[in-house]
Amino acid sequence: MNQNTIQNRPFVSTGEAVARQVVLPMRKSLEISVKNLKVRFSRSLITVMSLVLAVAFLAFTLIGHDVAMGLLASGDPQVQTDLLKAGFDLAPGRYPGSYEVASSAKDRWIVVLSLLVCTVGIVNAQLMAVTERFREIGTMKCLGALDSFVLRLFLLEAGMQGLAGSLAGALAGCLAGVLGGVLRFGFQSLHYLHLTDLAASLGWSVLVGFGLSLAGVAYPAVVASRMPPVAAMRAEE
Amino acid sequence: MSVSAEHSIVRVSGVTKSFEMGKLTVQALKGVDLSIHSGEYLSIMGPSGSGKSTLFNMIGGLDKPTTGKVFIDEVDIAQLDAFELAWLRNRKIGYIFQTFNLIQVMTALENVTLPMTFAGVPDDEAAAKGLDLLGLVGLRERHAHKPMELSGGQQQRVAIARSLANSPAIVLADEPTGNLDLTTGEEIITLLKSLSRDRGVTVISATHDYKMLNVSDRVVWIRDGRIDKIEGRAQLNITVGGIGAKEY
Repeated sequence: MNQNTIQNRPFVSTGEAVARQVVLPMRKSLEISVKNLKVRFSRSLITVMSLVLAVAFLAFTLIGHDVAMGLLASGDPQVQTDLLKAGFDLAPGRYPGSYEVASSAKDRWIVVLSLLVCTVGIVNAQLMAVTERFREIGTMKCLGALDSFVLRLFLLEAGMQGLAGSLAGALAGCLAGVLGGVLRFGFQSLHYLHLTDLAASLGWSVLVGFGLSLAGVAYPAVVASRMPPVAAMRAEE
Repeated sequence: MSVSAEHSIVRVSGVTKSFEMGKLTVQALKGVDLSIHSGEYLSIMGPSGSGKSTLFNMIGGLDKPTTGKVFIDEVDIAQLDAFELAWLRNRKIGYIFQTFNLIQVMTALENVTLPMTFAGVPDDEAAAKGLDLLGLVGLRERHAHKPMELSGGQQQRVAIARSLANSPAIVLADEPTGNLDLTTGEEIITLLKSLSRDRGVTVISATHDYKMLNVSDRVVWIRDGRIDKIEGRAQLNITVGGIGAKEY
Protein backbone atom coordinates (compact mmCIF):
# COMPACT_ATOMS: atom_id res chain seq x y z
CA MET A 1 0.00 0.00 0.00
CA ASN A 2 1.27 3.40 0.79
CA GLN A 3 4.76 2.49 1.89
CA ASN A 4 6.50 5.33 0.15
CA THR A 5 9.91 6.09 1.50
CA ILE A 6 11.85 9.27 0.93
CA GLN A 7 13.54 7.64 -2.03
CA ASN A 8 10.16 6.97 -3.54
CA ARG A 9 8.23 10.14 -2.95
CA PRO A 10 4.57 10.00 -3.84
CA PHE A 11 4.88 13.55 -5.07
CA VAL A 12 6.92 12.60 -8.08
CA SER A 13 4.85 9.54 -8.89
CA THR A 14 3.66 10.94 -12.19
CA GLY A 15 7.22 11.08 -13.41
CA GLU A 16 7.20 14.78 -14.17
CA ALA A 17 9.46 17.14 -12.31
CA VAL A 18 7.59 18.67 -9.41
CA ALA A 19 8.65 22.13 -10.54
CA ARG A 20 6.54 21.76 -13.63
CA GLN A 21 3.53 20.68 -11.62
CA VAL A 22 3.20 23.93 -9.75
CA VAL A 23 2.69 26.60 -12.34
CA LEU A 24 1.49 30.12 -12.88
CA PRO A 25 1.27 30.88 -16.59
CA MET A 26 2.45 34.32 -17.70
CA ARG A 27 -1.02 35.20 -18.96
CA LYS A 28 -2.48 34.47 -15.52
CA SER A 29 0.27 36.45 -13.77
CA LEU A 30 -0.50 39.41 -16.01
CA GLU A 31 -4.21 39.06 -15.35
CA ILE A 32 -3.66 39.01 -11.58
CA SER A 33 -1.28 41.98 -11.57
CA VAL A 34 -3.55 44.07 -13.78
CA LYS A 35 -6.41 43.26 -11.41
CA ASN A 36 -4.27 44.27 -8.44
CA LEU A 37 -3.37 47.57 -10.06
CA LYS A 38 -6.97 48.30 -10.97
CA VAL A 39 -8.27 47.66 -7.48
CA ARG A 40 -5.51 49.65 -5.82
CA PHE A 41 -5.62 52.31 -8.49
CA SER A 42 -5.43 55.47 -6.37
CA ARG A 43 -2.69 53.87 -4.33
CA SER A 44 -0.66 52.96 -7.39
CA LEU A 45 -1.22 56.46 -8.67
CA ILE A 46 0.50 57.92 -5.61
CA THR A 47 3.36 55.44 -5.93
CA VAL A 48 3.76 56.36 -9.57
CA MET A 49 3.49 60.11 -8.98
CA SER A 50 7.04 60.54 -7.67
CA LEU A 51 8.33 58.62 -10.66
CA VAL A 52 6.29 60.78 -13.04
CA LEU A 53 7.76 63.93 -11.50
CA ALA A 54 11.34 62.70 -11.50
CA VAL A 55 11.15 61.43 -15.07
CA ALA A 56 9.44 64.64 -16.16
CA PHE A 57 12.33 66.61 -14.67
CA LEU A 58 14.84 64.37 -16.44
CA ALA A 59 13.02 64.72 -19.75
CA PHE A 60 12.65 68.47 -19.28
CA THR A 61 16.40 68.85 -18.70
CA LEU A 62 17.36 66.61 -21.61
CA ILE A 63 14.96 68.24 -24.02
CA GLY A 64 15.89 71.75 -22.88
CA HIS A 65 19.42 70.77 -23.80
CA ASP A 66 18.24 69.46 -27.18
CA VAL A 67 16.46 72.74 -27.88
CA ALA A 68 19.57 74.73 -27.04
CA MET A 69 21.74 72.45 -29.15
CA GLY A 70 19.37 72.87 -32.07
CA LEU A 71 19.53 76.63 -31.78
CA LEU A 72 23.30 76.60 -31.50
CA ALA A 73 23.57 74.38 -34.54
CA SER A 74 21.57 76.92 -36.51
CA GLY A 75 24.77 78.99 -36.70
CA ASP A 76 22.84 82.23 -36.34
CA PRO A 77 25.03 84.59 -34.21
CA GLN A 78 21.96 86.41 -32.84
CA VAL A 79 20.56 83.15 -31.53
CA GLN A 80 23.89 82.30 -29.96
CA THR A 81 23.99 85.55 -28.03
CA ASP A 82 20.41 84.91 -26.91
CA LEU A 83 21.52 81.52 -25.66
CA LEU A 84 24.36 83.00 -23.67
CA LYS A 85 22.04 85.67 -22.29
CA ALA A 86 19.58 82.99 -21.27
CA GLY A 87 22.30 81.47 -19.09
CA PHE A 88 23.54 78.61 -21.26
CA ASP A 89 27.28 77.98 -21.24
CA LEU A 90 29.09 77.06 -24.37
CA ALA A 91 31.89 74.56 -24.30
CA PRO A 92 34.31 73.48 -26.99
CA GLY A 93 32.71 70.69 -28.99
CA ARG A 94 34.08 67.45 -30.32
CA TYR A 95 35.55 69.14 -33.37
CA PRO A 96 38.01 71.99 -33.14
CA GLY A 97 36.28 75.32 -33.62
CA SER A 98 32.83 73.91 -32.92
CA TYR A 99 30.85 74.58 -29.78
CA GLU A 100 28.18 72.74 -27.87
CA VAL A 101 25.86 73.62 -25.04
CA ALA A 102 27.47 72.53 -21.78
CA SER A 103 25.23 71.00 -19.16
CA SER A 104 26.51 72.22 -15.85
CA ALA A 105 27.57 69.77 -13.15
CA LYS A 106 24.95 71.30 -10.88
CA ASP A 107 22.16 70.49 -13.35
CA ARG A 108 23.35 66.94 -13.65
CA TRP A 109 23.48 66.49 -9.90
CA ILE A 110 20.01 67.86 -9.39
CA VAL A 111 18.64 65.39 -11.93
CA VAL A 112 20.55 62.48 -10.40
CA LEU A 113 19.44 63.48 -6.93
CA SER A 114 15.81 63.72 -7.95
CA LEU A 115 16.01 60.28 -9.51
CA LEU A 116 17.61 58.88 -6.35
CA VAL A 117 14.93 60.41 -4.14
CA CYS A 118 12.31 58.96 -6.45
CA THR A 119 13.86 55.48 -6.19
CA VAL A 120 13.89 55.67 -2.42
CA GLY A 121 10.24 56.71 -2.60
CA ILE A 122 9.42 53.69 -4.73
CA VAL A 123 11.23 51.35 -2.33
CA ASN A 124 9.28 52.85 0.54
CA ALA A 125 5.91 52.64 -1.20
CA GLN A 126 6.50 49.08 -2.36
CA LEU A 127 7.65 47.96 1.09
CA MET A 128 4.39 49.31 2.46
CA ALA A 129 2.47 47.51 -0.24
CA VAL A 130 4.20 44.28 0.79
CA THR A 131 3.35 44.82 4.46
CA GLU A 132 -0.22 45.58 3.50
CA ARG A 133 -0.46 42.40 1.52
CA PHE A 134 1.46 40.00 3.75
CA ARG A 135 -1.64 37.97 4.48
CA GLU A 136 -2.53 37.75 0.82
CA ILE A 137 0.99 36.62 0.00
CA GLY A 138 0.95 34.06 2.82
CA THR A 139 -2.39 32.77 1.61
CA MET A 140 -1.12 32.35 -1.92
CA LYS A 141 1.82 30.42 -0.55
CA CYS A 142 -0.57 28.17 1.37
CA LEU A 143 -2.42 27.55 -1.88
CA GLY A 144 0.81 26.37 -3.44
CA ALA A 145 2.44 29.51 -4.86
CA LEU A 146 6.20 29.35 -5.26
CA ASP A 147 8.47 32.25 -4.26
CA SER A 148 8.97 32.96 -7.94
CA PHE A 149 5.22 33.53 -8.49
CA VAL A 150 5.12 36.23 -5.85
CA LEU A 151 8.32 37.78 -7.16
CA ARG A 152 6.93 37.80 -10.67
CA LEU A 153 3.64 39.40 -9.63
CA PHE A 154 5.43 42.23 -7.84
CA LEU A 155 7.86 42.78 -10.70
CA LEU A 156 5.04 42.80 -13.24
CA GLU A 157 3.05 45.32 -11.24
CA ALA A 158 6.05 47.56 -10.74
CA GLY A 159 7.02 47.17 -14.38
CA MET A 160 3.60 48.28 -15.55
CA GLN A 161 3.55 51.15 -13.08
CA GLY A 162 7.05 52.10 -14.14
CA LEU A 163 6.24 52.06 -17.84
CA ALA A 164 3.05 54.06 -17.45
CA GLY A 165 4.66 56.53 -15.06
CA SER A 166 7.76 56.99 -17.17
CA LEU A 167 5.74 57.53 -20.33
CA ALA A 168 3.54 60.08 -18.64
CA GLY A 169 6.54 61.78 -17.05
CA ALA A 170 8.56 61.82 -20.26
CA LEU A 171 5.68 63.32 -22.23
CA ALA A 172 5.02 65.93 -19.58
CA GLY A 173 8.72 66.82 -19.39
CA CYS A 174 8.96 66.95 -23.18
CA LEU A 175 5.99 69.26 -23.41
CA ALA A 176 7.40 71.52 -20.71
CA GLY A 177 10.86 71.53 -22.32
CA VAL A 178 9.56 72.39 -25.78
CA LEU A 179 7.15 75.02 -24.45
CA GLY A 180 9.95 76.54 -22.40
CA GLY A 181 12.08 76.77 -25.52
CA VAL A 182 9.30 78.43 -27.49
CA LEU A 183 8.67 80.96 -24.72
CA ARG A 184 12.34 81.87 -24.44
CA PHE A 185 13.50 81.80 -28.01
CA GLY A 186 10.31 81.88 -30.04
CA PHE A 187 9.22 79.46 -32.72
CA GLN A 188 12.67 79.22 -34.25
CA SER A 189 13.54 76.85 -31.41
CA LEU A 190 10.98 74.41 -32.83
CA HIS A 191 12.36 74.91 -36.29
CA TYR A 192 15.92 74.05 -35.31
CA LEU A 193 15.00 71.22 -32.94
CA HIS A 194 16.19 67.84 -34.25
CA LEU A 195 13.43 65.25 -33.94
CA THR A 196 15.94 62.44 -33.54
CA ASP A 197 17.45 64.19 -30.52
CA LEU A 198 13.98 64.69 -29.09
CA ALA A 199 13.06 61.04 -29.61
CA ALA A 200 16.34 59.89 -28.07
CA SER A 201 15.78 62.08 -25.01
CA LEU A 202 12.25 60.73 -24.64
CA GLY A 203 13.50 57.18 -25.02
CA TRP A 204 16.23 57.67 -22.43
CA SER A 205 13.79 59.19 -19.95
CA VAL A 206 11.35 56.30 -20.30
CA LEU A 207 14.15 53.77 -20.06
CA VAL A 208 15.65 55.36 -16.96
CA GLY A 209 12.24 55.63 -15.29
CA PHE A 210 11.37 52.04 -16.10
CA GLY A 211 14.73 50.81 -14.86
CA LEU A 212 14.46 52.80 -11.64
CA SER A 213 11.00 51.46 -10.86
CA LEU A 214 12.27 47.90 -11.32
CA ALA A 215 15.33 48.66 -9.20
CA GLY A 216 13.08 50.18 -6.56
CA VAL A 217 10.81 47.15 -6.35
CA ALA A 218 13.60 44.54 -6.33
CA TYR A 219 14.20 44.51 -2.59
CA PRO A 220 10.51 44.73 -1.54
CA ALA A 221 9.63 41.97 -4.02
CA VAL A 222 12.32 39.70 -2.60
CA VAL A 223 11.03 40.40 0.91
CA ALA A 224 7.51 39.53 -0.27
CA SER A 225 8.52 36.35 -2.02
CA ARG A 226 10.35 35.07 1.05
CA MET A 227 7.35 35.65 3.29
CA PRO A 228 6.62 32.39 5.09
CA PRO A 229 3.17 30.91 4.50
CA VAL A 230 2.57 30.94 8.26
CA ALA A 231 2.09 34.72 7.88
CA ALA A 232 -1.37 33.93 6.53
CA MET A 233 -2.31 32.33 9.84
CA ARG A 234 -1.72 35.39 11.99
CA ALA A 235 -5.05 36.55 13.21
CA GLU A 236 -4.24 40.20 13.92
CA GLU A 237 -4.93 42.62 11.11
CA MET B 1 -12.69 4.08 0.52
CA SER B 2 -9.65 2.22 -0.65
CA VAL B 3 -7.43 3.42 2.15
CA SER B 4 -7.71 1.39 5.30
CA ALA B 5 -8.82 3.13 8.46
CA GLU B 6 -5.47 2.45 10.06
CA HIS B 7 -3.49 4.38 7.47
CA SER B 8 -1.94 7.43 9.11
CA ILE B 9 -2.22 10.44 6.86
CA VAL B 10 -0.22 12.53 9.32
CA ARG B 11 2.28 11.20 11.82
CA VAL B 12 4.05 13.43 14.31
CA SER B 13 6.91 11.84 16.15
CA GLY B 14 8.85 13.33 19.05
CA VAL B 15 8.35 16.86 17.80
CA THR B 16 9.74 19.79 19.73
CA LYS B 17 9.78 23.40 18.64
CA SER B 18 11.67 26.30 20.14
CA PHE B 19 11.39 29.92 19.22
CA GLU B 20 14.01 32.58 19.83
CA MET B 21 12.31 35.53 21.47
CA GLY B 22 15.15 38.02 21.73
CA LYS B 23 17.62 36.42 24.10
CA LEU B 24 15.00 34.07 25.48
CA THR B 25 14.34 30.64 24.00
CA VAL B 26 10.74 29.58 24.35
CA GLN B 27 9.86 25.95 23.92
CA ALA B 28 6.42 25.86 22.38
CA LEU B 29 6.29 22.11 21.91
CA LYS B 30 8.02 19.74 24.29
CA GLY B 31 7.78 16.39 22.56
CA VAL B 32 4.56 15.49 20.79
CA ASP B 33 3.63 12.13 19.29
CA LEU B 34 0.44 11.92 17.33
CA SER B 35 -0.97 9.82 14.57
CA ILE B 36 -3.91 11.04 12.53
CA HIS B 37 -5.94 8.53 10.59
CA SER B 38 -7.07 9.02 7.06
CA GLY B 39 -10.62 10.32 6.86
CA GLU B 40 -11.06 11.28 10.49
CA TYR B 41 -12.28 14.58 11.90
CA LEU B 42 -9.75 15.65 14.47
CA SER B 43 -9.89 18.70 16.68
CA ILE B 44 -6.94 20.17 18.48
CA MET B 45 -8.08 21.95 21.59
CA GLY B 46 -6.10 24.05 23.99
CA PRO B 47 -5.80 27.48 25.52
CA SER B 48 -3.83 30.21 23.79
CA GLY B 49 -0.11 29.78 24.28
CA SER B 50 -0.46 26.03 24.74
CA GLY B 51 1.45 25.27 21.56
CA LYS B 52 -1.74 24.40 19.73
CA SER B 53 -1.08 26.68 16.79
CA THR B 54 2.54 25.59 16.61
CA LEU B 55 1.52 21.94 16.40
CA PHE B 56 -1.13 22.83 13.87
CA ASN B 57 1.33 24.68 11.63
CA MET B 58 3.69 21.73 11.89
CA ILE B 59 0.99 19.31 10.74
CA GLY B 60 0.18 21.60 7.85
CA GLY B 61 3.76 21.69 6.62
CA LEU B 62 3.88 25.42 7.28
CA ASP B 63 6.63 25.17 9.84
CA LYS B 64 9.44 22.75 10.47
CA PRO B 65 10.10 21.14 13.86
CA THR B 66 13.28 21.89 15.84
CA THR B 67 13.67 18.19 16.58
CA GLY B 68 11.52 15.21 15.73
CA LYS B 69 9.74 14.41 12.51
CA VAL B 70 6.45 15.16 10.83
CA PHE B 71 5.27 12.72 8.18
CA ILE B 72 2.50 13.61 5.79
CA ASP B 73 1.37 10.57 3.89
CA GLU B 74 4.51 8.85 5.22
CA VAL B 75 6.79 11.48 3.73
CA ASP B 76 9.09 13.35 6.09
CA ILE B 77 8.34 16.99 5.31
CA ALA B 78 11.77 18.11 6.51
CA GLN B 79 13.20 16.33 3.45
CA LEU B 80 11.12 18.29 0.96
CA ASP B 81 12.49 21.16 -1.09
CA ALA B 82 10.57 24.35 -1.86
CA PHE B 83 8.92 22.91 -4.98
CA GLU B 84 7.75 19.80 -3.21
CA LEU B 85 6.42 21.79 -0.27
CA ALA B 86 4.49 24.01 -2.66
CA TRP B 87 3.17 20.90 -4.37
CA LEU B 88 2.14 19.49 -1.00
CA ARG B 89 0.31 22.69 -0.04
CA ASN B 90 -1.25 22.88 -3.45
CA ARG B 91 -2.66 19.37 -3.76
CA LYS B 92 -2.44 17.40 -0.54
CA ILE B 93 -3.63 20.02 1.91
CA GLY B 94 -6.47 22.51 1.86
CA TYR B 95 -6.26 25.42 4.27
CA ILE B 96 -9.08 27.24 6.01
CA PHE B 97 -8.23 30.27 8.12
CA GLN B 98 -9.83 32.09 11.00
CA THR B 99 -9.78 35.30 9.00
CA PHE B 100 -11.02 33.59 5.78
CA ASN B 101 -8.08 35.03 3.82
CA LEU B 102 -9.80 35.27 0.49
CA ILE B 103 -7.85 37.31 -2.04
CA GLN B 104 -9.73 40.58 -1.90
CA VAL B 105 -9.20 41.59 -5.51
CA MET B 106 -10.62 38.36 -6.89
CA THR B 107 -14.20 37.13 -7.18
CA ALA B 108 -15.42 34.10 -5.25
CA LEU B 109 -14.95 31.91 -8.31
CA GLU B 110 -11.46 33.23 -9.02
CA ASN B 111 -10.52 32.54 -5.40
CA VAL B 112 -11.69 28.96 -5.73
CA THR B 113 -9.93 28.39 -9.05
CA LEU B 114 -6.60 29.91 -8.00
CA PRO B 115 -5.20 26.66 -6.49
CA MET B 116 -6.30 24.88 -9.67
CA THR B 117 -4.44 27.45 -11.77
CA PHE B 118 -1.31 26.73 -9.73
CA ALA B 119 -1.90 23.03 -10.36
CA GLY B 120 -2.00 23.63 -14.11
CA VAL B 121 -5.68 22.80 -14.58
CA PRO B 122 -7.04 24.34 -17.81
CA ASP B 123 -9.30 27.38 -17.29
CA ASP B 124 -12.57 25.83 -18.47
CA GLU B 125 -12.13 22.78 -16.33
CA ALA B 126 -11.15 24.89 -13.32
CA ALA B 127 -14.16 27.18 -13.75
CA ALA B 128 -16.54 24.21 -14.02
CA LYS B 129 -15.11 22.57 -10.93
CA GLY B 130 -15.03 25.90 -9.11
CA LEU B 131 -18.73 26.41 -9.77
CA ASP B 132 -19.47 22.87 -8.58
CA LEU B 133 -17.56 23.49 -5.38
CA LEU B 134 -19.33 26.81 -4.82
CA GLY B 135 -22.59 24.91 -5.37
CA LEU B 136 -21.48 22.43 -2.73
CA VAL B 137 -21.21 25.23 -0.17
CA GLY B 138 -24.42 26.86 -1.45
CA LEU B 139 -22.91 29.91 -3.13
CA ARG B 140 -23.05 29.01 -6.79
CA GLU B 141 -25.14 32.03 -7.72
CA ARG B 142 -22.76 34.40 -5.89
CA HIS B 143 -19.66 33.31 -7.80
CA ALA B 144 -19.08 36.75 -9.34
CA HIS B 145 -19.07 38.57 -6.01
CA LYS B 146 -15.91 39.93 -4.42
CA PRO B 147 -15.17 38.93 -0.81
CA MET B 148 -16.13 42.42 0.40
CA GLU B 149 -19.64 41.82 -0.91
CA LEU B 150 -20.08 38.63 1.08
CA SER B 151 -20.87 38.07 4.75
CA GLY B 152 -18.34 36.44 7.07
CA GLY B 153 -20.11 33.08 6.90
CA GLN B 154 -20.28 33.25 3.12
CA GLN B 155 -16.60 34.16 2.89
CA GLN B 156 -15.73 31.18 5.03
CA ARG B 157 -17.85 28.96 2.78
CA VAL B 158 -15.94 30.25 -0.24
CA ALA B 159 -12.73 29.49 1.66
CA ILE B 160 -13.97 25.95 2.27
CA ALA B 161 -14.74 25.55 -1.43
CA ARG B 162 -11.25 26.85 -2.20
CA SER B 163 -9.65 24.42 0.23
CA LEU B 164 -11.25 21.56 -1.71
CA ALA B 165 -10.14 22.85 -5.13
CA ASN B 166 -7.49 20.22 -5.85
CA SER B 167 -9.30 17.43 -3.95
CA PRO B 168 -6.82 17.38 -1.06
CA ALA B 169 -6.48 14.48 1.35
CA ILE B 170 -6.30 16.83 4.32
CA VAL B 171 -8.21 19.98 5.17
CA LEU B 172 -6.60 22.09 7.86
CA ALA B 173 -8.89 24.53 9.57
CA ASP B 174 -7.39 27.08 11.93
CA GLU B 175 -10.15 28.35 14.22
CA PRO B 176 -12.60 28.28 11.32
CA THR B 177 -15.42 29.61 13.47
CA GLY B 178 -13.32 32.10 15.44
CA ASN B 179 -14.59 35.18 13.59
CA LEU B 180 -18.19 34.03 13.16
CA ASP B 181 -21.30 34.28 15.30
CA LEU B 182 -22.84 31.20 16.92
CA THR B 183 -25.30 30.12 14.25
CA THR B 184 -22.98 30.85 11.32
CA GLY B 185 -20.23 28.98 13.16
CA GLU B 186 -22.53 26.01 13.54
CA GLU B 187 -23.33 26.04 9.81
CA ILE B 188 -19.63 26.02 9.00
CA ILE B 189 -18.98 23.13 11.39
CA THR B 190 -21.85 21.13 9.92
CA LEU B 191 -20.52 21.81 6.44
CA LEU B 192 -17.01 20.68 7.38
CA LYS B 193 -18.39 17.54 9.00
CA SER B 194 -20.49 16.62 5.98
CA LEU B 195 -17.49 17.16 3.70
CA SER B 196 -15.35 14.94 5.84
CA ARG B 197 -18.06 12.26 5.86
CA ASP B 198 -19.05 12.42 2.19
CA ARG B 199 -15.68 13.00 0.58
CA GLY B 200 -13.48 11.11 3.02
CA VAL B 201 -11.33 14.17 3.62
CA THR B 202 -9.28 14.24 6.80
CA VAL B 203 -10.30 17.39 8.64
CA ILE B 204 -7.89 18.71 11.24
CA SER B 205 -8.95 21.80 13.07
CA ALA B 206 -7.44 23.89 15.81
CA THR B 207 -10.17 25.43 17.86
CA HIS B 208 -11.51 26.94 21.06
CA ASP B 209 -15.05 26.20 19.96
CA TYR B 210 -16.89 23.53 21.94
CA LYS B 211 -19.44 23.10 19.18
CA MET B 212 -16.60 21.49 17.30
CA LEU B 213 -16.37 18.65 19.83
CA ASN B 214 -19.76 17.22 18.89
CA VAL B 215 -18.68 16.47 15.35
CA SER B 216 -15.09 15.40 16.06
CA ASP B 217 -14.02 11.79 15.87
CA ARG B 218 -11.16 12.54 18.20
CA VAL B 219 -10.07 15.52 20.22
CA VAL B 220 -6.47 16.21 21.13
CA TRP B 221 -6.08 18.42 24.18
CA ILE B 222 -2.85 20.34 24.23
CA ARG B 223 -1.50 21.88 27.37
CA ASP B 224 1.86 23.46 28.00
CA GLY B 225 3.48 22.11 24.85
CA ARG B 226 2.42 18.54 25.43
CA ILE B 227 -0.56 16.37 24.63
CA ASP B 228 -2.69 16.36 27.73
CA LYS B 229 -5.13 13.71 26.56
CA ILE B 230 -6.67 12.32 23.42
CA GLU B 231 -10.35 11.54 23.58
CA GLY B 232 -12.32 9.43 21.16
CA ARG B 233 -15.96 9.69 20.18
CA ALA B 234 -17.22 7.60 23.12
CA GLN B 235 -15.45 9.55 25.84
CA LEU B 236 -16.38 12.85 24.27
CA ASN B 237 -20.10 12.43 24.81
CA ILE B 238 -19.45 12.26 28.52
CA THR B 239 -16.93 15.09 28.69
CA VAL B 240 -18.68 17.71 26.62
CA GLY B 241 -20.59 20.07 28.83
CA GLY B 242 -19.23 18.27 31.88
CA ILE B 243 -16.16 18.82 33.97
CA GLY B 244 -13.78 18.39 31.05
CA ALA B 245 -15.26 21.37 29.25
CA LYS B 246 -14.84 23.68 32.18
CA GLU B 247 -11.17 22.89 32.49
CA TYR B 248 -10.35 25.06 29.51
